[in-house]
Amino acid sequence: MSAEPGPLEAALRARRSRGGKALVPYLTGGLGDWQAGLAAAADAGADAIEVGIPFSDPVMDGPVIQQANDRALAGGITPLAVLDALGRLDIGVPLAVMTYYNIAFRFGLERFASVLAEQGVAAAILPDLPLEEAGPWTEAADAAGVETVLLAAPTASDERLGRICARTRGFVYGVGLLGVTGERDELASSAVVMAGRLKQVTDVPVLVGVGVGTPEQAQEVCRVADGAVVGSAVVRRMLGDGGPAAVGDLVGQFRLALD
Amino acid sequence: MTMAEPVGGRFGDFGGRFVPETLVPACEQLEAAFRSAWADESFRGELNQLLADYAGRPSPLTECHRLSEELGLRLLLKREDLNHTGSHKINNVLGQALLAVRMGKARLVAETGAGQHGVATATAAALLGLECVVYMGEVDMERQALNVFRMQLLGAEVRSALSGSRTLKDAINEAMRDWVATVESSHYCLGSVMGPHPYPWMVRELHRVIGDEAREQCRALMGRDPDVVTACVGGGSNAIGIFSGFVEGDAALVGVEPAGGAAIGRGVPGVVHGSKSFLMQDEHGQVLEAESISAGLDYPGIGPEHSHLAAIGRARYETVTDDEVVAAFELLSRTEGIIPALEPAHALAWVSRARQELAGQSVLLNLSGRGDKDVDQMMDRLVADGSASGDDGQSE
Repeated sequence: MSAEPGPLEAALRARRSRGGKALVPYLTGGLGDWQAGLAAAADAGADAIEVGIPFSDPVMDGPVIQQANDRALAGGITPLAVLDALGRLDIGVPLAVMTYYNIAFRFGLERFASVLAEQGVAAAILPDLPLEEAGPWTEAADAAGVETVLLAAPTASDERLGRICARTRGFVYGVGLLGVTGERDELASSAVVMAGRLKQVTDVPVLVGVGVGTPEQAQEVCRVADGAVVGSAVVRRMLGDGGPAAVGDLVGQFRLALD
Repeated sequence: MTMAEPVGGRFGDFGGRFVPETLVPACEQLEAAFRSAWADESFRGELNQLLADYAGRPSPLTECHRLSEELGLRLLLKREDLNHTGSHKINNVLGQALLAVRMGKARLVAETGAGQHGVATATAAALLGLECVVYMGEVDMERQALNVFRMQLLGAEVRSALSGSRTLKDAINEAMRDWVATVESSHYCLGSVMGPHPYPWMVRELHRVIGDEAREQCRALMGRDPDVVTACVGGGSNAIGIFSGFVEGDAALVGVEPAGGAAIGRGVPGVVHGSKSFLMQDEHGQVLEAESISAGLDYPGIGPEHSHLAAIGRARYETVTDDEVVAAFELLSRTEGIIPALEPAHALAWVSRARQELAGQSVLLNLSGRGDKDVDQMMDRLVADGSASGDDGQSE
């Protein structure tokens, strides 16, 4: 365990020590007026925000985020354009980029890590980079002071969960169900189980995402988890007519449910 | 050099296991199950029995006398087109389907490009009483409508991949998403020597029979290995299969990629679909869409072992254009009475172009599939522009 938690972990621990539950919405970089969407989410009470850097082949994502990726890429967004914009943004909450490993690999791992740090991005989440492959990236990220959030899935043994939690920084991202991102009618029973198993093995903040799409579902999982990540439900607002204002409304409803 | 089990899932700098965390335990389970099955004589015996009695192995080696004379070299074809279901794909799926049964998984998920792997998987599922779902790009479903119907006849469900370029790469994305959700009950029957470890290794081992048979057949016919061994490469399973019989000898190994899907010819290292390998991508890391006349080679990546063989100089990789492929398709049909699939027609297109370099040499070409599935498409192309060979001076 490194000495000082980074800004993402510090913010999530602060929320927890106040007796609260953390709320981390996700938005796709380059999709519509996404920067206004980020500001609206921060104003509505997000503790941190995940920003997707679109990738052509997002295998961990369901239809909504796929569509957001396709639309943003068709609009000409590039990884560097997303990061440049984040560097100019001042919305008062830590930011984590979420993208796929090839984006960082093509960029050059050390360069990607240093650009994240230069642009004030606290953390990175790479859902196709499991523990065994993460070494070269985490080395570069650690050196640049970027937190690497690892995912933990229901299929892992307790022993594996322990190793993931020992290596993650910022928080541990519990995958709430067997499946890709997207809203479901009900919270999967695996979400609460996942949170409980992770809480057993770590003191790092435990957030659960994938299949958490309504304030009620967030509330339910946060009976055990330290917080929730909400992706497709937020992105769907950006894809629709509501735009940033609808994102603000939705994040506000989640905040209310968790407080 | 040898083709041993890759250490840590790596072929030199390539390979690995870059998958969502959800799938890591399943990949580990599969690796252990395959290693144990492959060392188990009863499993090998059961597979060999199916390969012989059901798939029709060994496949013959055919010497092409007329075409050899025309090209000025000695051309030998390994006849994987004569296998049940019409291509080499059956070798791999019979092995994986038996393995699925051994692991207690009752459902197969597969991707398909041209439909050959999908048909083979649906066939193995029918044979062993497994449920089968095949993902296929929407564009490919139109190009290969007959194979869609074949899969349905065999009892499989064919689902269209509607995202991205709507071809093979997107079908793989959809199959992986399915597997993420169904990993406890499903086996992902991946169709090439790509994807996360153990697939590139396991699929190679299941196709090794091609190279092992061909080596014995060449030695029986010529008393030695051929000078050149060539095969088409999309993901690269038929090529790895035949290369594996000759990699330890002196034969030159030549993989042939379509110009519009040349991962080694036009790519740089990248990570997609579970492994690090050469990949056609833009400067930002977005994967490019391959474009080829052949749906089966319409893939921007390549199996990691091919990247390794290219990096160490043991194999070389050439590209051919769609027009050269069409000419080769007609050439083999006309001179030898064998209508090839468009995929292996790529390898023949290279042989035909390189005939001077290859003059007097013996060339073993893996004829990985038969052309029935492509006849419609070729009829549109050749009859429409009035250029069908052997038709000169006659009206259509």
